[in-house]
Amino acid sequence: MTKTVTLGALTVAAFAAGAAGAATLDDVKARGSLNCGVTTGLVGFAAPDANGEWEGFDVGVCRAVAAAVLGDPTAVTFVPTTGKTRFTALASGEIDLLARNTTWTYSRDVDLKFEFVGVNYYDGQGFLVPKALGVSSAKELSGATICIQTGTTTELNLADYFRKNNMEYQPVPIETNGEAQQQYLAGACDVYTTDASGLAATRAAFETPGDHVVLPEIISKEPLGPLVRHGDSEWGDVARWTLNALIAAEEYGITSANVEELSAGTDSPEIDRILGTEDNLGAMMGLEPTWAKAAIAAGGNYGELFEKNIGENTPIGLSRGLNAQWTDGGLLYAPPFR
Amino acid sequence: MTTLSDPPGGSFRLSMLLNDTRYRSYTFQFIALVIVLGIFGYLGSNLMANLRAAGLNISYGFLGESSNYDINQTLIDYNSRSTHWRAALVGVLNTMLVALLACVTATIIGVIAGVLRLSPNWLVRKLMAGYVEAFRNVPVLIWIIIIFTIMTAVLPAPSAYRGEDPTASMLFGAIAFTNRGLYLPAPVWGPGSLFLGLVFLASIIGVFAYRRYAKKLLFDTGKLLPMGWPSLAILILPTLLFYFILGRPITLDYPALAGFNFQGGTQILGSLIALWWALAIYTGAFIAENVRAGIQSVSKGQAEAAASLGMRPRRIMNLVVLPQALRVIIPPLISNYLNITKNSSLAIAVGYMDITGTLGGITLNQTGRAIECILLLMAFYLAISLAISALMNVYNNAMQLKER
Repeated sequence: MTKTVTLGALTVAAFAAGAAGAATLDDVKARGSLNCGVTTGLVGFAAPDANGEWEGFDVGVCRAVAAAVLGDPTAVTFVPTTGKTRFTALASGEIDLLARNTTWTYSRDVDLKFEFVGVNYYDGQGFLVPKALGVSSAKELSGATICIQTGTTTELNLADYFRKNNMEYQPVPIETNGEAQQQYLAGACDVYTTDASGLAATRAAFETPGDHVVLPEIISKEPLGPLVRHGDSEWGDVARWTLNALIAAEEYGITSANVEELSAGTDSPEIDRILGTEDNLGAMMGLEPTWAKAAIAAGGNYGELFEKNIGENTPIGLSRGLNAQWTDGGLLYAPPFR
Repeated sequence: MTTLSDPPGGSFRLSMLLNDTRYRSYTFQFIALVIVLGIFGYLGSNLMANLRAAGLNISYGFLGESSNYDINQTLIDYNSRSTHWRAALVGVLNTMLVALLACVTATIIGVIAGVLRLSPNWLVRKLMAGYVEAFRNVPVLIWIIIIFTIMTAVLPAPSAYRGEDPTASMLFGAIAFTNRGLYLPAPVWGPGSLFLGLVFLASIIGVFAYRRYAKKLLFDTGKLLPMGWPSLAILILPTLLFYFILGRPITLDYPALAGFNFQGGTQILGSLIALWWALAIYTGAFIAENVRAGIQSVSKGQAEAAASLGMRPRRIMNLVVLPQALRVIIPPLISNYLNITKNSSLAIAVGYMDITGTLGGITLNQTGRAIECILLLMAFYLAISLAISALMNVYNNAMQLKER
């Protein structure tokens, strides 16, 4: 009898603990800041600048979401995560949003119970080799020693690619991008492999980037995107449509420079709806009518974020490629705002 | 007629649980047990409820699935089509390999340093004190990274061995030190090598038989036979003789530069070397202190008595002091061995694929089964630690003072 009562009490207590923390949107509003998981430092995507301010392409997404929800792009607490800690940090509620070059895969979406809110960068895994090695194709890499960041999908792609092509290799698992760079430059591995965007960012940080070349083969599809926890669709919607707003803004020519002017009213109903001049789309999500305006004003539209952080005029020097608007032959296609 | 009966036993009353000393201790123990079970029950049910709320469950089904990743050092057959369970086994063996290597090396370093710390020579004594203080007061993770970084930065890449006029050359034309590790010649077992192995085994038994005979002769007749060179001769000569009689059945496969890397021979990974030596020199410093404590626990009179019998200093150390010191040395040595095994989980810092790297690293990441993997990891480290201490306790009991 006593035991039943005890167990009953325990169960109630346990359920009370379990039910807490479902409404992330309310939590973020109450806290007044967004906890956003980013990398421990990958120039162009997320890295602190000389003043300790986080900046980068992924950071831009964090700031846009914070601006949409709280109206303040600086109300973000950045939580650096490694490839290993990122999912635990998100699942445990330590962070509200993970924007960290994370590949959208079936098992992460379904089995790990996360919700990818879209794709902010279409990437693929590539190989970086020293020019002195005289290698011009990944097919010539049989027998090579390859540095690889452990705990990422690149590890699986690499195993698959070499097995498929019947080649041998020796993996050198490494925890962070910085260590990988050091090992690669010392010649402890012949090749460094990770997402092509990451390779470009790493190479840009070398003393002599010209001595290294990214091989033409891209061995995998890596749609990178921000993600949230399963089971809180309202919060998922906020993140998804903030990203969509940034993409749509580029399509309709809304920039951080003209957003103020356009929000006074235009002759385009779509722009008016996005900026909250017409209809109140924000209220449907529990946000201010000007949520998208704030998100765009935070760091600019998708194209501006891209050019500022990783575009061709930056040391990273990535071209738009697949990440161009659908109207320009790319894959970016935001659903209609209505 | 009188009736004798037992004194009234007194029926059991509930208040006796608190007031009667016979029952009181049980009462408190029972209450403590309920509280402990309650706490664990609460933690467990809280975990299950939260997992359920998140739509997750505890399942070990992933262990049977294909792992899809490669491991650079595998002591058993493994490829990316093997299961996660197999990958975990590879990790277990890698952990045990580095732990074994480090335990042996640390013991050797520790005993030598411990004995030398008591040397009458001022310079030697201070050098060893410097070693002990420097190494045990810096975290082992730092040592692992220092050794690994130095190896990477100082040793040449395999490409330095290439070309007409290479900047690096192999030691004895057989051993290559590179920043990817050490390349050594590997033995190739030809026909007849099994017989050669048996001869070698017989030689080892022969050495023990000779020593036993010499000891018996010493005790029976007082005649002292030389020990050193005859043992060595018995160990080596027959094997060497049969090696040539059988027409050199064992040959060496030398590593040679081919393609990107050295091919052939054996490779000892740089990460293994860094982890092994960092653990060995770090724990060796602790063992040195144990050994010093053990030696100092043996009363000075023992050594003086032995000296007065005409024994040489080395004999005094080996036959009189160390056997008695072992009783003090072994118990802390057990915890040092346990520390080595557990500290080997820092392997991920240099990318050595131990159990923490495979099961607790890549598998955990790819499957997302954090709780299951961590529970398995805990079970493994618990099992291996208990096994080591059980084994060492057997040795300790054998070494203890026999009271007759």
